Amino acid sequence: MRRLPFSPWHLLLMPLALLFALPLVQMVLTAFMPDGDINRFPPRFLPSRLQLDGFIGLFTESSALRWLLNTVIVAAIAVVSQLILCSMAGYGFARLKFFGKQAGFLVILATIMIPTQLLMIPTYVMFSRLGLIDTLAAAFVPWLASAFGIFLMRQFFLSLPAELEDAARIDGCSTFGVFWRVVLPLAKPALATLTVFTLLGSWNDLIWPLVAISDESLYTIQLGLANFQGTRHTQWSLLMAGNVVATMPLIIAFVVAQRQFVATMTFSGLKG
Amino acid sequence: MALLFAGRRRPATHQAAAPTSRGRWLHRTLVGWGFAGPATALVVGLSIFPAVWAFLISQQKWNGISPAKPIGWLNYELMAQDPDLLAAVQHTVVFTLLFVPASIFLGMLVAVALNRPIKLVGFYRTCIFVPFVASAAATGILASFVFNPQYGAANSVLRTLGLPQQQFLESQAQALMVICLIALWGQVGFTVVVYLAALQDIPKDVVEAARMDGANRWQVFRNVTLPALGPVTVFTSIWQTITALQLFDLVFTTTRGGPLGATQTIVYYVYTQAFKLTKFGYGSAVAYGLFAATLVITVGMIVYSRRSKIEAF
Repeated sequence: MRRLPFSPWHLLLMPLALLFALPLVQMVLTAFMPDGDINRFPPRFLPSRLQLDGFIGLFTESSALRWLLNTVIVAAIAVVSQLILCSMAGYGFARLKFFGKQAGFLVILATIMIPTQLLMIPTYVMFSRLGLIDTLAAAFVPWLASAFGIFLMRQFFLSLPAELEDAARIDGCSTFGVFWRVVLPLAKPALATLTVFTLLGSWNDLIWPLVAISDESLYTIQLGLANFQGTRHTQWSLLMAGNVVATMPLIIAFVVAQRQFVATMTFSGLKG
Repeated sequence: MALLFAGRRRPATHQAAAPTSRGRWLHRTLVGWGFAGPATALVVGLSIFPAVWAFLISQQKWNGISPAKPIGWLNYELMAQDPDLLAAVQHTVVFTLLFVPASIFLGMLVAVALNRPIKLVGFYRTCIFVPFVASAAATGILASFVFNPQYGAANSVLRTLGLPQQQFLESQAQALMVICLIALWGQVGFTVVVYLAALQDIPKDVVEAARMDGANRWQVFRNVTLPALGPVTVFTSIWQTITALQLFDLVFTTTRGGPLGATQTIVYYVYTQAFKLTKFGYGSAVAYGLFAATLVITVGMIVYSRRSKIEAF
């Protein structure tokens, strides 16, 4: 490969990249920093020595491990449910012919316009009447299916050629068999997109758990963090350890699956 | 039932004999709703139903416990005379006017830069995108640390440069600007990626033809690239405007609306009215007001883009 000449664009990109990355680097460094380093003046960027007090404090003085487990449960249920329900509905709306299909799909499309803030109050009342407030179910039920997911899957299925399905049906496959064994294996890119979005949304959600959950043992990690800020606002190594625990799973997932992730953002961004 | 069906269906001449056709029709409907039903029921039950209910609540005085009192449009009339709401609207509008153009300009600029065949592009892209993955809660806590007036990195940098120390999130005048900076830090990655994809869709031969005809780089950007980015710009503008109008998480995790209400936004106001003061009726009315405003702005942007001959939707 030929050597590229130095481009003036580096003068823009290098400072910007550092501006975006350094706060996260500082977050990780601070999580491993002794309190003396953080509170001294002027503050240090690099720790004088690495220690785990922040993490030890996080896991012994709070239920962060429990919150993390709650978050994993909520996100896992959300992802699995959306993958199954939204792909089935998307397939139904894309390929099957049945009474009420157009009306049903129009209703789904209309809901995309409705902001979640509008729904919080009645959903809270509805959930409290169903006895769901202050249960883990309150956190995951709103994520079980989404109009966006149905729309995304439908658009994807419409872009697939129908011949394969016809062939499978002639071979005696049931509708569900065609969907499960022929169509779904072809839908991996769309399923990956849906996974990324549901994971990001359900893992990072703050306002709804804040409204629906007040029992500390049922907190999600985001809710626990937000609550920390009021109660432990000077214990920076503990706070940053919490931040590391809450963000690293998604950051690692992103770095590992970066190509798919970026493709996902553009796929949904431009065609969603 | 039969009449209802008869009206909906086209004459089924191509189908098999009548009894089996009826049976097959029923079978198809059951299979179809078997696929589409569960997700549709959840979406309708968790959005259309509560949206209608929210409108009914907005016509009531209700704290969620005692019986609701119907008061017609009074909540909406009260909104016009509520100085705290007006302040929240003002903060939200200022934030939106700062955030949306900045995120679009930065997104486009960085995407153009990342679209050049230079070294380290992957590293730059990763750095700029990673904050998008971080949650608002984590971002807010990190920002409170970085912008801490006593031992935050931001003031350290200012000190090194010989500039005066700032109060940032603790200053009434600066807090909203700082939140805007933090929001940009978290969101620019998204606009960059969307623009990068759009740039890569521009046919190379069009750019080369323009270069052959003697256009310089700026002229190519101005006359070829920029028009090609029109539809994406409409999309990102609408998307970022909706995001900005709904600002809540970052405010909650940095200033909680303070200092002295300086960063109170509309959604933050809805949250405090409904869930701190249990004014469900008034909270719903404000939420509906925001929904209506969002709808008007979105439709306005689409109409404007159509008028300007940008094929976005």
